[in-house]
Amino acid sequence: MELIEVSGVSKSYGGVVANKQVSLKVPRGRITGLIGPNGSGKTTLFNSIVGYHPIDEGSIMFEGKEISHLRVQEIARLGLLRTFQQTRIYSKMDCIKNMLISVPHRTATFRDMFRPYSPELTDKAEHLLEFVGLYAKRRLISGDLSFGQQKLLEFAMALMSEPEVLLLDEPTAGINPTLINGLIDRLKRANEEFGITLFVIEHNMRVIMNLAENIYCIAHGEMLAEGTPKQIQNDQRVIDAYLGAH
Amino acid sequence: MKEHSKHLVPGLVILVFGVAAPFLFPNYVFQFAILWLMITFALTWDTMGGQMGYNSLGNIVFFGVGMYVSALIQVGLYYDIGDYTAAYGAIKVDYTMEQYFTGLILGLIAAGLFAVVVAVAFGSIVFGLRGPYFAIGTLGVALAAGELIGAWDWVGAGSGISMPVYPGDPDDRALLYYFLLFVLGVATFLFLMCLYSTRFGLAINAIRDDEEKAEAMGIHTKRHKTVAWSISAFFLGISGGVFGNMAGFIEPLEVAFPTVTFGIFMVVMSLLGGKGTLWGPVLGATLFHIVKEVTWTQLLGWQWVVLGLLIIINVVFFQQGIIGWAQDKWPERFGIVVEEDAGGLTDQETAEVLTGKGAG
Repeated sequence: MELIEVSGVSKSYGGVVANKQVSLKVPRGRITGLIGPNGSGKTTLFNSIVGYHPIDEGSIMFEGKEISHLRVQEIARLGLLRTFQQTRIYSKMDCIKNMLISVPHRTATFRDMFRPYSPELTDKAEHLLEFVGLYAKRRLISGDLSFGQQKLLEFAMALMSEPEVLLLDEPTAGINPTLINGLIDRLKRANEEFGITLFVIEHNMRVIMNLAENIYCIAHGEMLAEGTPKQIQNDQRVIDAYLGAH
Repeated sequence: MKEHSKHLVPGLVILVFGVAAPFLFPNYVFQFAILWLMITFALTWDTMGGQMGYNSLGNIVFFGVGMYVSALIQVGLYYDIGDYTAAYGAIKVDYTMEQYFTGLILGLIAAGLFAVVVAVAFGSIVFGLRGPYFAIGTLGVALAAGELIGAWDWVGAGSGISMPVYPGDPDDRALLYYFLLFVLGVATFLFLMCLYSTRFGLAINAIRDDEEKAEAMGIHTKRHKTVAWSISAFFLGISGGVFGNMAGFIEPLEVAFPTVTFGIFMVVMSLLGGKGTLWGPVLGATLFHIVKEVTWTQLLGWQWVVLGLLIIINVVFFQQGIIGWAQDKWPERFGIVVEEDAGGLTDQETAEVLTGKGAG
């Protein structure tokens, strides 16, 4: 069964059509890519999936259940999590606290609000910070970290909340080339070792071709092509879209 | 409790001082009582404004509501409220000790609980507002509350209610209200200290830093906001009930809903000490109260100028307040350090933790 199934989704802002009849599938346990020129509607599609805004038409299924009418928090609690293009962390708290507050809220009851954090959770937070290479900086205020480190922290926070699927909006934008290789490696490990399905928007072609098993390309809000990295690289429509022939 | 131990020494010093103060300085009992009230004000405002980032200018509503609820119960237990208020103080209450304390205890409990009910209702309306809109929205409600009570004859309208007279020695009365406010201030502090060390503390901090992110991570934001405000309201409601009795006479604009004095002092005291910290509001309230009292007695006529100056210096030079400034200057004393010890974890161990087979 597909984990996420988007069919015929349209979304417009006033007169601007951001997504038109977009359909795609994100299979469980895989890494799926989404590419397209600037302004082609990739982030709009992400926002539609996570319930950030209502869609005009179409359907979005998660684990076989319609989620297009649910609100952001409800979708997040199902285990469908996103990271942000501009990177969003809790900037006045230290890294450990950023991690601790990211525990899964799926089953949180009213009384859970007043429970302390167990040593096991602190332990897990520290190990995850080490996984992304931020262990030494765990007591620093996260807003003082570099942009690249904040991206890594955001990724670690996402792992802390044990998602079924992670929607990553340009995970490598603004990160230096050495760090990018490390990040690709960690994304792959998150996928292989912990079984987290990934759905990634990416502008860096080298990264997405390396990472994804299946890639969708949208342009002008419409689905243009779908295929393996090799097929996409050789697709004349994709090349035209990026070079502006469209 | 380990992380609470650093509060032990300053806490004990304050406790000893708090118990001894009315006996050491019997002429200043009223001033010290107001100091504890100010600390409660600053602490409860900071829960919303500092820890959660919702700058409320309307918290005074809970103070006023608590004051009126307590008064109505204390009077209503033994008299008809409509007749009592219509007589404009001509009915002289003559309570026995037992009657007085029954009314006071029930009144204060009801004050706290009813303030919570108001917070939940009020919150469901204004929590849709963010940033400056929230501040203005709450300010509007606070101003309207005073005017509404002022137009309601049954509760005495603008003429207010004279509170039942304490049936005993005036000095005992002063001590009673001093210790009620002292215990309330200490209880508020201890309650918030424990609260901030739980998940709740981190969750409201997360809402302050980025509410949209908190929503995207699945945090129950609405639930946390409502509970945070209810906690503020509970302690403020009781403080209003105590203050009304201490004042002896309550009326809507100057005593129960003093939006431009007490309502603004709450904010200023938190900012001065350092908002979003546990000790900041305590420090800010103490400093503010001292400056205010000294200028009121020594520089009469200039008191508002001096207070205004204090606010300007605070906002221009010490935006993070005293504690926040200290934290920026000596981060290592607050535990903000790079710890190079990498823990020496193997990939295998990391994998075990992440997949939940290990410690996680």
